[in-house]
Amino acid sequence: MIEIHEDKCIGCEKCLKTCPVDALKMKEGVAKVDEGLCISCSACIPACPVDAIEPILKASKAASADYSGVWVFAEQHDDRCRPTGPELLGKGRELADELGEELCAVLLGSDVGKLSDELIAYGAEKVYVVDDKILENYTTEAYTTALVTLISKYKPSVFIFGATHLGRDLAPSVAGRMGLGLTADCTGLSITEVEDVKVLLQTRPAFGGNVMADIVCPNTRPQMATVRPHVMQPLEPDPERDGEVIQEHVKISPESIKTEILEIMEHEDSGEISVEEADVVVTGGRGAGGEEGFKMLRELAKALGGTVGCSRPIVEEGMMSKSHQVGQSGKTISPELYIVCGVSGAVQHRVGVRGSKYIIAINKDPKAPIFDMADFGIVGDASKMIPMLIEKVKEKTC
Amino acid sequence: MRFVVCVKQVPDTTEIEVDEETGTIIREGVPSVLNAFDEFALNLAVELKNEVEEDVEIVALSMGPPQAKEALNKCLAIGADRAVLLTDMVFAGADTWATSVTLSRAIKNIGKTDIVFMGQEASDGNTAQVGPEVAAHMGIPQLTFVTEVESVNNSHVVAKKETDEGFVRIKCETPVMIACMPTPGFEPRIPNIREIMKAKKKEYQEWSHEDLGGDPSEYGLDGSESVVIKTYSPPPKGEGIIVDDEPEVAVKKLMDFFEDEGIL
Repeated sequence: MIEIHEDKCIGCEKCLKTCPVDALKMKEGVAKVDEGLCISCSACIPACPVDAIEPILKASKAASADYSGVWVFAEQHDDRCRPTGPELLGKGRELADELGEELCAVLLGSDVGKLSDELIAYGAEKVYVVDDKILENYTTEAYTTALVTLISKYKPSVFIFGATHLGRDLAPSVAGRMGLGLTADCTGLSITEVEDVKVLLQTRPAFGGNVMADIVCPNTRPQMATVRPHVMQPLEPDPERDGEVIQEHVKISPESIKTEILEIMEHEDSGEISVEEADVVVTGGRGAGGEEGFKMLRELAKALGGTVGCSRPIVEEGMMSKSHQVGQSGKTISPELYIVCGVSGAVQHRVGVRGSKYIIAINKDPKAPIFDMADFGIVGDASKMIPMLIEKVKEKTC
Repeated sequence: MRFVVCVKQVPDTTEIEVDEETGTIIREGVPSVLNAFDEFALNLAVELKNEVEEDVEIVALSMGPPQAKEALNKCLAIGADRAVLLTDMVFAGADTWATSVTLSRAIKNIGKTDIVFMGQEASDGNTAQVGPEVAAHMGIPQLTFVTEVESVNNSHVVAKKETDEGFVRIKCETPVMIACMPTPGFEPRIPNIREIMKAKKKEYQEWSHEDLGGDPSEYGLDGSESVVIKTYSPPPKGEGIIVDDEPEVAVKKLMDFFEDEGIL
């Protein structure tokens, strides 16, 4: 909800244009809100030149029976679905089946409708598409308005996002405006019962993974969560699968957007698989043998179909860009196979890679903390081992 | 201009254990520190204050038990002009929603604010949700994953923020909430003795729920929407294999391990 301070309102009518649901009307020269229509998207607030509109956000206690459907936010970039969409649809399928509800994907962007088929192939029964030029580059405001409008119209019971930079910006913006419970960076989702109502059980690590917590949001709908990339498994895509594409038009006014992107600086290597998305990550640290060593690590990563990561000192020395940095202040990763060379394993690093399925550590120092978490550790010089390993891996995979 | 920097006192380690019998987190004997992400945010605020010609007041704001005063004292020594601690049993057990309700009301109490600075996340909860939720309550835009604030004037701020693909430079109208992501190589400024002494003379206040208004049920555990039903230690990882052999032998053993586990 919003509150309009009538003493401040100058009757300029700018807010009326921004409301996606036409909840604002003029009455006796000032703007009035229809409380029955307002969806709490806050799109009108930035448009007011005299700061007469204030949000009044209340935890929205919802009757769970009115809400149905498991929704997945499908991120896209450069005409591609980001992997989190299919991953979340894989998990979403399980949840939807258990709840007896439908599984839907939500796709926002400009000229993105063509990606709907892919999302259907990965298990979506319905794809809600909002295709609008204003959604071409991500802004928190435009994406929030679109999602708040769709949620208010269709009332899903569960809505999950990837815990990417975008997802971790967008989900709390939506949850904040709508007064919804939200659980961050989940590594597990399932259905449980609380007082005979089926609810989403959200499992997430805290304290850098030393503590696990099971969380529910029993009173608010949709139940929202962001999910760590690469933890959930996508279904095998089936192009024969049937699904419905629903084009939605949401009124998103430029006046409700207070941010302006001045420059986009993509990492030069952004065509590569990112460390968060890769099945195999080969990481080097100070003890990996410098430029020469990293050349070998890249070759090993390539032979394994993976990508290269690095520790924080390597970024500080300027050898690799920040996008490759693995650890708490860089990327949190959970690949199938993590090979880590010449990294002693400070707690910040260990926290960021704990979700890896297999950890292989190579380090000269037998006391390096990285060995405490390794499934297989080799005490020795990585620059000597890696060339041999590349050869063996190539023999095996060719 | 006014900047409010929201900070949190966190355990000085992530090596926290769970009492297996009660399922609660063992906090005894674990020293507390200022969350490093917040310290970075405070540093950005202080640098920015030094760059702009206008007068800027920096207010450090925290919610926590009375001992969180230590974290605020540190903020005052680093460069905050005054500090407010929101401390009240009513605030205990807050999730991100209830925390953001509390902080946004306190910011309103503090008065007209141009930039709300936050750390991108806290090292204990790692949620990264409080900043955007505070922005929602205040009805102001948000910039998250910000690594650099280039400039600020009476109406706009220009910042650089991390995205999934790289970075963007972004201009945003103020007031704005900025959640800050430490850059590699960031070393927190260690205040000298003079600054520490000076900090002791700065204004420090403690506010309870009565200072913020509203019903006690809107705060803390009662005001929370997410409910933690269980905390536990993650399943232990099996003991790993460690080899200390000649390179040829070690690599051979690793390939055998890959074979056994069906990895390649």
